[in-house]
Amino acid sequence: MHEMGIANSVLEAVRTEMRRYPGSYPCKVGVRIGEMAAVDQDALRFCFDAIILETDLASLELAIEFCPRRHRCQVCGREFVVRDYDSRCPQCVSLETTCISGDELELAYLEVEEYGSSTVGAKSTQ
Amino acid sequence: MDRVPLERKVLSENDRIAAELRARFQEHGVLCLNLISSPGSGKTSLLERTLESLPRHDRVAVLTGDIQTENDANRLKRFHFPVKQITTGGTCHLDARMIERHLADWPLEDLDLLFIENVGNLVCPSSYDLGEAAKVVVLSVTEGEDKPLKYPSIFFKSDLMVLNKIDLLPYVPFDINAAAENARKVHPGMEIVKVSCLTGNGLHEWMMWLGERRRAHKALLQATVS
Repeated sequence: MHEMGIANSVLEAVRTEMRRYPGSYPCKVGVRIGEMAAVDQDALRFCFDAIILETDLASLELAIEFCPRRHRCQVCGREFVVRDYDSRCPQCVSLETTCISGDELELAYLEVEEYGSSTVGAKSTQ
Repeated sequence: MDRVPLERKVLSENDRIAAELRARFQEHGVLCLNLISSPGSGKTSLLERTLESLPRHDRVAVLTGDIQTENDANRLKRFHFPVKQITTGGTCHLDARMIERHLADWPLEDLDLLFIENVGNLVCPSSYDLGEAAKVVVLSVTEGEDKPLKYPSIFFKSDLMVLNKIDLLPYVPFDINAAAENARKVHPGMEIVKVSCLTGNGLHEWMMWLGERRRAHKALLQATVS
């Protein structure tokens, strides 16, 4: 259960980034989580919602993009999604394939809105 | 509404410290191994058997992590190598900052090999880089051969799987070939050694792997220097 620490790190990153946008507030933070990252999406959402509750970031939305494990074949170059741990190339059946994604635990983007430009999710504290 | 790309690791602060640790280990020629398993698989026993068989003058040290107690450090101190306990107080994994803090008064130039025994947990430790050269996962035969499929991340990220407690194989329904196959499904080409820390069976294979890693690490450092 390290999702609380991860939720905290996401929030810290948002706060750091927001220093560059005075007069704006964050609406949505995009996070990429790989299949092999050992992070539970539901637990992360639960922790994230718990730590933003009743703070100035209470309306911040967490968008999670799930990244399946992908391999590239060393022989024929085919890129494919690994299913049921079968990492053989579906094209040439080679076992020489290397992992190219699926291990992500990354901050992808932040959506910011200027105070007063929209009423949706905007804060009254300006 | 503006969308700003962030494009960095969520645990970038941990990764930054881990990268600093890795650079320091490199600078001082220290091979650092991060041992990870479920609670009770035998990480401490493996370290006991390892320290017991290393020459007294060997430049080896251990950082051992647990939520509470100094028990593991006390077990490992008997072998007269530097050992330090990290008690996390509740955190289910070690992070790079804990390693940095506990290494602060250890001169790395006096070390060639550093073992980090992580908190017993197959999930969370896999997300935290500690600056190690390799992760080693320990699985015991009482746990079930499908563990690599249930907890793929750590098997995917570990260079070696130590299959421990093989002395219990006659008494438990554990298919050792299926365990190896499952580990290699998750991590094709993964190295596997089968040991019993109780009887000593198979430990020479582990020591050979360790010796080979130490030689390779030294060779790599010399190549970098020259």
